Amino acid sequence: MTRLLAAPEAELVFAALLLTLLAGLVLALLAARSVLTCILLMSVFSLTMALWLMVMDAPDVAFTEASVGAGVSTMILLGAALSSTDVIPSVRPGRFWFPAVACLAAFIGMALALSDLPVFGDPGSPPSSYVGRLYLEHTPHDIGAPNVVTAVLASYRGFDTLGETSVILAAGVGVLLLLGGSLNSRDPVSEDVSLRISAGSPVLSVAARLLIPIICLYAFYVLAHGEFGAGGGFQAGVILAAALILHALVFGVRETMRALPVGVVRSCAALGVLGYASIGFIAILHGGRFLDYDALLSPVFEAGLPSSHLAGGHHHWGQRLGILGIETGVMLAVASTMTAIFYAFAGRVSRSDEAGAA
Amino acid sequence: MLEAIAWIGSAFIIAAVGLSIAGAVGVLRFPDVYTRIHAASITDTGAASLMTLGMLLMAGLSPAAIKLCIVWLFIMLTSPAAAHALAGAAFGSGHRPILGDPRRPSEDET
Amino acid sequence: MTLALALTPYVYGLGFFMMAAGLLIALTSRHLIKRLIGLGVFQTSAGVFYILLSKVSGGTAAIRLEADSPAARSLASRLDAAYIATHGVDGVVYSNPLPHVLILTAIVVGAATLAVGLSIIVRIRETYGTVDFEELAALEAKALRDGREDEA
Repeated sequence: MTRLLAAPEAELVFAALLLTLLAGLVLALLAARSVLTCILLMSVFSLTMALWLMVMDAPDVAFTEASVGAGVSTMILLGAALSSTDVIPSVRPGRFWFPAVACLAAFIGMALALSDLPVFGDPGSPPSSYVGRLYLEHTPHDIGAPNVVTAVLASYRGFDTLGETSVILAAGVGVLLLLGGSLNSRDPVSEDVSLRISAGSPVLSVAARLLIPIICLYAFYVLAHGEFGAGGGFQAGVILAAALILHALVFGVRETMRALPVGVVRSCAALGVLGYASIGFIAILHGGRFLDYDALLSPVFEAGLPSSHLAGGHHHWGQRLGILGIETGVMLAVASTMTAIFYAFAGRVSRSDEAGAA
Repeated sequence: MLEAIAWIGSAFIIAAVGLSIAGAVGVLRFPDVYTRIHAASITDTGAASLMTLGMLLMAGLSPAAIKLCIVWLFIMLTSPAAAHALAGAAFGSGHRPILGDPRRPSEDET
Repeated sequence: MTLALALTPYVYGLGFFMMAAGLLIALTSRHLIKRLIGLGVFQTSAGVFYILLSKVSGGTAAIRLEADSPAARSLASRLDAAYIATHGVDGVVYSNPLPHVLILTAIVVGAATLAVGLSIIVRIRETYGTVDFEELAALEAKALRDGREDEA
């Protein structure tokens, strides 16, 4: 079979084409004069970005970008934009030129560094040579999980990820502090009209009833499968939150809040981070260091377990258990935080609607 | 033999690309929301089905084939529901379909 | 390799352009929500730069394959043996996983911080009745003037 381009080069050309599409979307965003258009363009941008990341061999990131960018953040943006004006007035030229020149200068500054950057796809480039390669080489021996991204995220750099998860929880707390909303689910959230699509349509409710359990199941599959393929706690958490948001969109936020009360969601967000950190402390109690999963199981106990695959004779059940444990914590924290944020925005929308009607 | 099946699969994918382009042109050129949804749903169902079929032929009997079937089922379930929601929302917010000759501007819609 | 050499300034240039354009949206737009969207574009474009650095030509996703498995062999058949021997790990060439990890968490954190920004905007709208940057600046200038008059 003759090919126009050799496979590796075709990949690079395809990536460059998709990147051109992304830049075009940014241009469209720059020119957009309506907030709704901006939000939808942002959503399309995220989805295209996910495609591009897939071509760039980053399925984990693509997965996250598709579920976060095109799913949850679009919903949050829509929730926040619903009751504000849609039209964006044009900028006065006097206020435009100085930032424009500054951005142009930033662009030129970055472009000047171009000659020092490695060639696109260069296998021997400094970023791909040292630590990245070490992770690839040592993961089967150290961790015993095929997915190196999960191994780095959850085990090698588990402490870093604990910080990230805490930042997400902190952001959730920030939103709740700003938007308020009491713990009591019977509180003002009225029958929301704005955030609900085609209220009472049988087609949607049947489709949603079919889909929501499958999406939840899929979230747990992504969580458990994160060691072997693309996926992990972050993706699973966002997918779970997306299932809950879908429920809220079809059946109304009030129904969702009855199924999953606000208090439960908030406690779960904190519990997720707590669970993550406590796995670190359990490792300390077993004589290891913080988040040292090898210390989670005693060597005697671990020797009795069957050898895990791809481990090359090493037993990695402690790592397995630790990674699954912290990923569960991450999923709980991310899903609950995203849901709590959505609840806060949805509650605001219905309240401001009431104020508008009164 | 395997090579031939892969070529047939590629043909299906190229047909799907053609349908996608037709759908995109339709979304840009059709006169009102409902005809545009119609154009978009051709991309959603026809092109997606053909593309899945093409990839199924290329994948052969493997776990990937089962995953592709699940993806196809998911698309078949979600895209009509999404089109329904979109049309419902458009109708609810006061868009009425253009009836009659679209080249002549109707009385109540501009 | 010559094709990759020709593509290099183009792809990095597009990444930088997206960064600059995102920054421009964030700095000049009058609607606060559009400003936040611009900030989101800026952040994602920074991710684009990281991922561009991580790509290895002919590589595959950083999910370790068993050496000599059918998948590994079919990937290896597309590249020449010397290339795999120099740059591969156990017979397969992988892209660099480290930037993927950094950007993965950054995306989720970005969504959470976007929500914080949006809730600040919601509060601004509820307090001042507008999310137009110019009107807010005018309101602030007026408040400052009034304050000075009160002092005087």
